Amino acid sequence: MSRIVSGSRPLLELTDITVSFDGFLALRDLNLSLRPGELRAVIGPNGAGKTTFLDVITGKVAPSSGGVLFKGRSLVGIPEHRIARLGIGRKFQSPRVFEDLTVQNNLALAVSRSKQPWTLLFGRISAEQRDQVHHLMNIVNLQPRADWRAGALSHGQKQWLEIAMLVGQDPDLLLVDEPVAGLTDEETDLTADLLKSLAGDHTVLVIEHDMEFIRRLESPVTVLHQGHVLCEGSMDQVQQDPRVIEVYLGTKEDDAQ
Amino acid sequence: MNAFQQRRWPLVILWVLIIAAIVAAPSVLPVFRLNLLGRFLALAIVALGIDLIWGFTGLLSLGQGIFFALGGYAAAMYLQLNSSGDLLNGIPEFFTLYGVDRLPAFWQPFHSPWFTLVAIWLIPGLLAGLLGNLVFRNRVKGVYFSILTQAALLVFFNFFNGQQKLINGTNGLKTDVTQLFGQMVGSAEMQRGFFWVTAVMVILMWLLVRWVVRGRFGDVLIAIRDDEPRLRFAGYNPTLFKTLVFAIAGSLAGIGGALYTVQSGIVSPQFMTVPFSIEMVIWVAVGGRGTLVGAILGAVAINYAKSLVSEALPQSWLFIQGGLFILVVTALPEGVIGWFRGEGPRNLMSRLGFSRPIGTYPQLEVDGNDEVQP
Amino acid sequence: MQLLLESLFNGVAIGSVLMMAALGLAIVFGLMGVINLAHGELMMLGAYTTYVVQMVFKLPAFQSIYGLYVLVAIPLAFVVSGVVGILLERTVIRRLYGSPLETLLATWGVSLILQQFVRSVPLAHAAGLILALVLGFGLPLVLPHRFFEGARARINRAITWAMSALGGVLLAGVLASQISRIARATSRNVDVTAPKWMRGGIEWMDITFPVPRLVIIVMTIVAVVGVTWFLNRSVWGMRIRAVTQNRSMSDCLGIPTDTVDVLTFGIGSGLAGVAGVAVSLLGSVGPNVGGSYIVGCFMVVVLGGVGNLLGTVLASFAIGLLTDLIGAGRLLTIWPDMPSPLAGTVTFFATTSMAQVLVFALIVVFLQFRPAGLFPQKGRMVEA
Repeated sequence: MSRIVSGSRPLLELTDITVSFDGFLALRDLNLSLRPGELRAVIGPNGAGKTTFLDVITGKVAPSSGGVLFKGRSLVGIPEHRIARLGIGRKFQSPRVFEDLTVQNNLALAVSRSKQPWTLLFGRISAEQRDQVHHLMNIVNLQPRADWRAGALSHGQKQWLEIAMLVGQDPDLLLVDEPVAGLTDEETDLTADLLKSLAGDHTVLVIEHDMEFIRRLESPVTVLHQGHVLCEGSMDQVQQDPRVIEVYLGTKEDDAQ
Repeated sequence: MNAFQQRRWPLVILWVLIIAAIVAAPSVLPVFRLNLLGRFLALAIVALGIDLIWGFTGLLSLGQGIFFALGGYAAAMYLQLNSSGDLLNGIPEFFTLYGVDRLPAFWQPFHSPWFTLVAIWLIPGLLAGLLGNLVFRNRVKGVYFSILTQAALLVFFNFFNGQQKLINGTNGLKTDVTQLFGQMVGSAEMQRGFFWVTAVMVILMWLLVRWVVRGRFGDVLIAIRDDEPRLRFAGYNPTLFKTLVFAIAGSLAGIGGALYTVQSGIVSPQFMTVPFSIEMVIWVAVGGRGTLVGAILGAVAINYAKSLVSEALPQSWLFIQGGLFILVVTALPEGVIGWFRGEGPRNLMSRLGFSRPIGTYPQLEVDGNDEVQP
Repeated sequence: MQLLLESLFNGVAIGSVLMMAALGLAIVFGLMGVINLAHGELMMLGAYTTYVVQMVFKLPAFQSIYGLYVLVAIPLAFVVSGVVGILLERTVIRRLYGSPLETLLATWGVSLILQQFVRSVPLAHAAGLILALVLGFGLPLVLPHRFFEGARARINRAITWAMSALGGVLLAGVLASQISRIARATSRNVDVTAPKWMRGGIEWMDITFPVPRLVIIVMTIVAVVGVTWFLNRSVWGMRIRAVTQNRSMSDCLGIPTDTVDVLTFGIGSGLAGVAGVAVSLLGSVGPNVGGSYIVGCFMVVVLGGVGNLLGTVLASFAIGLLTDLIGAGRLLTIWPDMPSPLAGTVTFFATTSMAQVLVFALIVVFLQFRPAGLFPQKGRMVEA
């Protein structure tokens, strides 16, 4: 698995994506590209299409028109599990872990390289993968909870478990949807550091509402509004942009649609 | 995790008791009762399959009767052919009633005992895999899956019930007067033999299913039950796993059906009625889904109760069964074994006034010294 | 042309019975997400209600208006099945919202109990029991509110139920003494005979349209129009749709979600009762009559897609037409010089039960292209 694809060619490229739900345009003509190793934050008011945009990349929703290229390969029409195997991992908005499995087993499923029934049935987990599971549990402080049912964890612990699962999957592109919702300030800072340390080796795209958190990421920011990109730039630039202020504070009547 | 290990010994004792009961049964029980027990153990194999797909994977099939009956038909067809060598045309007697004088082509391979032994589990397994795949790959799931399996069951019932010229239709195929190893299949000797075969098969199949649900494969099954869409984003293809376990469950139903048929003396479309297939689910529900021993005990216990009640008060069995369905889903969702494994006994004790003091919240009790410091 | 019309009529007739039966199921499943396996038994109750009403109208006192018994049976069947359905919702299903598979199993248990109930309890007694239930639940709605408030509320409630029970016992006694045929329990099938005006057929363009089938088609049209109007135009219909879309939000807005559940389930069950009237006009009535329709109903719901009445209507007619075309061997009549291998296949499937085999196969093929039925729901909320 080659981490950094040659030079400046984008790892992920979305061109003119439009998604329509029965006439309602969740995304319209959305363009976005991510360089390998980049850390990117995406913000936008509620209903801006942030989650739909992740749905399109991960294959959950097929775009009505437009293209998605990942490592130069089109993702449109490919089922979710294949996209995941190509190297795109996703953390959901509200934490989704397998509640009836233990923390350890949740991670073991994530780190397992082969996802085929026969190998899981006949093969055993390798020592290396076992170490990886323990390493991940240490990072997110879940070692003492290794044999707990994931459903018994607190909200914050589930968030972290899911992030650990995402990292364990070792994708080239990490899509992280609201990773710090419901976390304490301290946990939020740790999450920001974790994501920053992942960037470089991995490409990371973070969706978040928490502006302080975004600021801490020190990354370029993309603002989505009503299904398309409003502006891009550093956090400071974006916050100065009159359009962004208007969208968030709603001073003028919006006539975009 | 001590608590978990502590709870293991009742299970070990349970198994010792079960095996002791099986070993003792042939010398203690009269042939009629032994035969009943043998049949119920055959049904327990079906229940193991249902537990695998429902208890672990969350797929509620209301159509296991299809695979059960197919296994039974495979066995019965072999026995019929094996015993009709000295008949006119060398074909089973019932064919002459409908004016058929040549064996239908699909009967031919069942002359071979080896083919039959493979067909008993392979045909139901393949069919289950095929049907399952057609449904799963479209992401039809939940109650839709249940409804479709029920409709499939009805279809197979209609087919087998209507085809006199192919498979003796509604009359079914009798096996008790057929010959095997030069003996009548219905004889006491043979029946005792079948009991042993069934008992051994129950244990083998239990080991098989246990092996399937342990380890990461089993974890994937539980993950499918918990949150199937999420699993896709982790790179797993749930369709493959579901197809595979549904096929395994189909094979188990086929094996159970064959063993049941030789012990009950007949296979007929009645094996494919809608009520019977739903009944199979309740065996697992009462025993405790997700607990394999629960599936076995549930199948045997409920069928035993059924035969006792039906002998004494034939009118009331449907009331009891109906009540059981309602009771187990509303009051005892984990089943009997699940109830024992969980907090059930402690709750009951405390309700009766024998409460054990609990120091603090159970959550903090297990390893409370490691507070989370993220 | 004539053949075509005739098979079209037959298909529509089969389809309308199926639709009457599936309509209630589709409402309960589409709006509440509840799979009610006892739906067939609610139909059975409707059919038995028709039988009892018919028996009552055979009494000398009512003989002069005997022909009207069907018209009386329709609302009564609605009430009987509706009340039993409400009872079922309040006691069992309410505990199981959000776990459809468990609901499915529990309602199956209910269906077994109901089947055995009509076998072991004399119909006269059953009628009395149901009257007691209707009165017991109905009186508090009719009587002035303050009767059930304050210090004497409990006593008044008890009095109401005692009166209801008394009414039930009286009815049971009267029925059992007057009509010997429903005084004893039986598991044998009973027959409902259509009144004179419903026998025979209407001739039009050399085709005979049997009147009972026409009546059923009219009943179906009325039911579908009524339900559509109720759900889309009435206040309670809007509340039902609101609860379907967002239960907790509806709760916050002051919609009595509990009442909405009862109402939805009651209407769905009541429609099953009306379907039961239709079924009783077509053949004999027995404890198992519901079971023979239930799988077909589910096929309609699966094919039509959830939460869409138009889908239910189209799916019923499609299944009805196909079943008739295949099952009655009409394809051969329409196209007599079919090549012989094809003709052999057509004859092979030309019975009602084999037609079901083929129709199911076609539905599975169809689901390969449209997994969510004819009219799938779309949007972000639909779980992939």
